[in-house]
Amino acid sequence: MYKIVRKHVFNPTETLLEIEAPEIAKKAKPGQFIILRVDEEGERIPLTVGGYDREKGTVTIIFQIVGASTYKLNKLEEGDSLHDFVGPLGQPTELTGEKVCVVGGGLGTAIAYPIAKAFHDAGKDVTAIAGFRNKDLIILHDEFAAAAPGKYYEMTDDGSNGNKGNVCVPLEELLSKGEKFDKVICIGPVIMMKFVTLCCKKYNVPECVCSMNPIMIDGTGMCGCCRLTVGGKTKFACVDGPDFNAYEVDFDEAMTRGRMYKAFETKAYDEAKCNLYKKEAK
Amino acid sequence: MYKEYKPNMAPFKNPMPEQEPLVRAHNFKEVAEGYTAEMAMDEAKRCLGCPTKPCVAHCPVNINIPDFIHEVALGNFEKAYEIISQSSALPAVCGRVCPQETQCEGKCTRGIGVDPKTKQPKEPVAIGRLERFVADYHNAHSKPEDIVRPESNGHKVAVIGSGPSGLTCAGDLAKKGYDVTIFEALHLAGGVLVYGIPEFRLPKSIVQKEVDNLKALGVKVETNMVIGRVITIDELLAEYHFEAVFIGSGAGLPRFLGIPGENLNGVYSANEFLTRTNLMKAYLADSNTPIQKAKNVAVVGGGNVAMDAARSALRLGAEHVYIIYRRSLEELPARKEEVHHAMQEGVDFQLLNNPVEIIGDENNNVKAMKVEVMKLGEPDASGRRKPISTGEFKEIEVDCVICSIGTSPNPLLRQTTKGLETNPHGCIITKTEGGLTTRDHVYAGGDAVTGAATVILAMGAGKHAAKAIDEEIMGAN
Repeated sequence: MYKIVRKHVFNPTETLLEIEAPEIAKKAKPGQFIILRVDEEGERIPLTVGGYDREKGTVTIIFQIVGASTYKLNKLEEGDSLHDFVGPLGQPTELTGEKVCVVGGGLGTAIAYPIAKAFHDAGKDVTAIAGFRNKDLIILHDEFAAAAPGKYYEMTDDGSNGNKGNVCVPLEELLSKGEKFDKVICIGPVIMMKFVTLCCKKYNVPECVCSMNPIMIDGTGMCGCCRLTVGGKTKFACVDGPDFNAYEVDFDEAMTRGRMYKAFETKAYDEAKCNLYKKEAK
Repeated sequence: MYKEYKPNMAPFKNPMPEQEPLVRAHNFKEVAEGYTAEMAMDEAKRCLGCPTKPCVAHCPVNINIPDFIHEVALGNFEKAYEIISQSSALPAVCGRVCPQETQCEGKCTRGIGVDPKTKQPKEPVAIGRLERFVADYHNAHSKPEDIVRPESNGHKVAVIGSGPSGLTCAGDLAKKGYDVTIFEALHLAGGVLVYGIPEFRLPKSIVQKEVDNLKALGVKVETNMVIGRVITIDELLAEYHFEAVFIGSGAGLPRFLGIPGENLNGVYSANEFLTRTNLMKAYLADSNTPIQKAKNVAVVGGGNVAMDAARSALRLGAEHVYIIYRRSLEELPARKEEVHHAMQEGVDFQLLNNPVEIIGDENNNVKAMKVEVMKLGEPDASGRRKPISTGEFKEIEVDCVICSIGTSPNPLLRQTTKGLETNPHGCIITKTEGGLTTRDHVYAGGDAVTGAATVILAMGAGKHAAKAIDEEIMGAN
C-alpha cells in the first residue's frame, strides 16, 4: 500500500497527490511515468511523474478527473493509501539543448513543469508557455514563473486571464520575431501537440519533442495497446517513449486510438458518480 | 503388471466430464470438470506399469508417472501427490495445460495400435487428467497452514518474475531454507498463468493457491516491482545483498503482423486482449476494464494463445470467431484438446489463409481483413510444410482482429544489466544446464531463455536453476 501524504485540490477537475514511494522517488526522472490502482478491482492508470522528493521518499502526481477511475482516485484523502503504485516507467526526457521552449496544455502543464524546472536548474535558457480553458483552471502559476523568469506566457481559451488564445499564439509570435529555440517540448492534448508541431515545422525549429499519453495497460511493453506510428514504424509509448520526435508522430492516428473506449468510459463515469451519490444518500 | 488389481484393458480413456460446448461457449467457468475418484481409479488401472516407462522419459521433468498412477489405482491419492511433488512444483497447473499428447502420453504403451472393434486408434492412459485429479484432491484437502516452514539457512536469493519458472525456482529454494524474494512487475503474482491463460482453462484460484503455498514456505512476493527500472540486477546483488538472482521474466513482448491497418481501432495483440479479459477481469459484467464487444473476430495464429483468445472472444459475446492460420490443421501448434474444444464451441478455422491487410471504415474502426489463400510446399527449417502464395485473395468481414503470432522476451533487463548477453532473438544466453548467464550469480530460465514455450519447460528450467544456485552458494560457504 502506498500512502497519500499530501492532497492539494487545484480546482474541481484537477488534483495533486503526494505519494509515499521511496524506491520510486529515488529513481524517477522528469518525463517518466507511474501506474497506479486505486483499489483491488481498479483500472491501471498511467500518470506522468509530476515531481519527486528523493529525501522525503515521495512522488507527486497531478491528475484530471476524466472518468470513473480518476473520479474514485479523487475521493481519496490524506492518510488513505493507493493499492498499487509502480514505476518509474518509460524513458526520461532528454535534457539536451541550450535554449528551449516548454509548452504545456491543460493537465499537460503539470508534466511540463518538472521538465521546465529541470532545464532551469541545469542553467539553460527556458521559455515556458502554458494554456488553460479559463483562469479558474490555471495551475502552477508561480512555479512556472520561477522556472522561466521573465519568459512565461500564460494563455486561456476564453481570455479570462487577459491573454486570449491557445499556446500556439505566443509560440508563433516568438518564432516569427526570430526567436531561435534549439528545442521545443510540448505536452498536452494530442490536438494541441499536433498544432505546436506544425508551428515548429513552419519556423524550422531544429527539434520538437512531444510526450504521448495513449491508452495503456501494463506499461512495460507487454500489451502493445499504447502503440503509435512514429516515422512510419510502430513504437510502444510505454517503453520507447513517452517522448518522441514530434515531427515523425502520426497525431491523427493517435487521436483516433485515444477515442477507442470513449462510450464505455462515459458510461462507467456516469455509473461511478451515480453509485457514489447513492452511497452518500444512504 | 500389478498384483493388487486386474488391469483395465479398455482401449480408450475414461472421458473427461465437461460442460456442454454450447453452454460453456458463453461462460468463463472451467471447461473440463475433472475426474471423480472412481473415474481416476478406473483410469489408473489402465496403466500396466510397463518396464520401459516411455512416459517418464518424455516428461520434461521426469515425473515418476507409473508410480503415482499406481497409488491412484490403490486410492492413495496423497501418496500419489507426494510422488509427483518430488519432480513437479505445479501439478494442478501442468495437469491442465501441458501438451501431454507430444510428451508423456505420446509414447504410452497403451496408445499403440488400433482398437479392432471401432477401428479407432487406441488411447494412451490419461496421465494429464490423473495428474490434475491428484493435485486437485490434494489442494482440496490441504491448507497453507499445514505447510511446515523449513529452517532458514540465512542465504538470500532474488527471483524476477512470478510465472511458472520463477514460482518453481522460488519454491525449490525455499524448501532448502533460502530466504527468497520474488519480484513481480504486475500487481498480481502468477505471470502468464494469470494474465494469459483464461479462467475457463486454468481457474485463477489454482494459481493463487500455488502462490499462497509458496508464501507459507516463507517466500516473499513483492508486486509492482519492475526490475531494471525501480531496482537493477546490479543493485539487487550489491545493495540488497542477494547472493544470486534468477531471471524468469518470460517472453512478454507481442509481435505484430507488420501489415497495413494494424493500428486501426479494434486490432489487439493477444496479450492485450487476454490481459484485459483475465488479469483486468473484463469478462465480469461490472468490470472497470473496457474491451471491445465485437461481433465478428479474426484471431491470427494457431498456437494455444490463439485458441485462448478465440474462445475468450466467443465468451465475451462474439457471434462469429475465425482462426486465421497460414498452414493447415496438421501444422497447427496448439494442444490437440484446445483445438478440439475450440471447434466444438463453434470457432471457424480458416486454414491456409495469410493476412495481408486490415481494412478500416471512415472512423478507423476495423471492418474487414484481406487474406491470401495459401498452399503447402516443401518442409521448411521448422520441419513443417511451408505455406506458399497462390495469388488468390479474399476478404473476411470482421470488426476485431487479434494478433497471436508469438512473443519475444522483454528487452528491459538486457538493456539495464551490463554484461547480460542475449541472442539475436533477444533471448538470454545461458552457459550451463542450471541456467547460469554471462553474468556471475545471475541465472535465467523459461521463456526468457527459450522464447515462448510451455509451462512445463519453464518449470523444469526453474528447478535446474534452483539446484545450480544451491550448489553455487553452498559450494562457496
